[in-house]
Amino acid sequence: MAVRIQTEDFDAGAEIAALRAGNPAVGAVASFVGVVRDRNDGDAVATLTLEHYPGMTEGAIEAIVEEARSRWAIIDVTVVHRVGELKPLDQIVLVVVAGGHRGDAFAACEFIMDYLKTRAPFWKKEQTPEGARWVDARASDDDAAERWAGRKKDVA
Amino acid sequence: MSAKLKLLFFARLREDLGTSGEELALPADVGTVAALRAHLLARGGAWATTLAQGRALRVAVNHEMAEPATPVRPGDEIAFFPPVTGG
Repeated sequence: MAVRIQTEDFDAGAEIAALRAGNPAVGAVASFVGVVRDRNDGDAVATLTLEHYPGMTEGAIEAIVEEARSRWAIIDVTVVHRVGELKPLDQIVLVVVAGGHRGDAFAACEFIMDYLKTRAPFWKKEQTPEGARWVDARASDDDAAERWAGRKKDVA
Repeated sequence: MSAKLKLLFFARLREDLGTSGEELALPADVGTVAALRAHLLARGGAWATTLAQGRALRVAVNHEMAEPATPVRPGDEIAFFPPVTGG
């Protein structure tokens, strides 16, 4: 497992290649890339500044990945999350899950993103024509995370 | 282990309180996260409005998400912040 918090951009292709390099047990790689949009809540977004809690963030994400490992048969995971000032079109977050088969890889990738959005200590502040404002947490993100609560991997 | 608490504030809370953190000698009557919140709220001003009951607030004790009843002990690192918005 690799979890990285960084200001620099990332290369999803290189991360995918690295995660499965030399491992013939990997039959599926699922990935997700989050990107900065140019509009939010009806306003133009010029820049997005991401703050986090150094010291807690990495551990919080590692705990989410461990939870995913306990639920699905997956082989390895990479999570990269950027912080600092970003602008529309920039990449924010990358989750890559390698597994034996696609079902578990897809599910684990979505689970990790849903939990990251509600449990990892990041905060977004956006600069709009109306001024700077902190982005409010969305109930829909809580709902997305909550729906995994009762779902465990079926034992085949 | 330090006898003091290390308090941290992030994002909107940091801006509203005008500080990113402080060291605080553990008050005798503070044994839980809820009691610590009440202690800080009693300072009045921005503390009262920012930490008011009903404001969405998350607390982590030693890097783990905490509940109002989570114990607070000397040397703990306690962070207050809004609901998270990463990803």
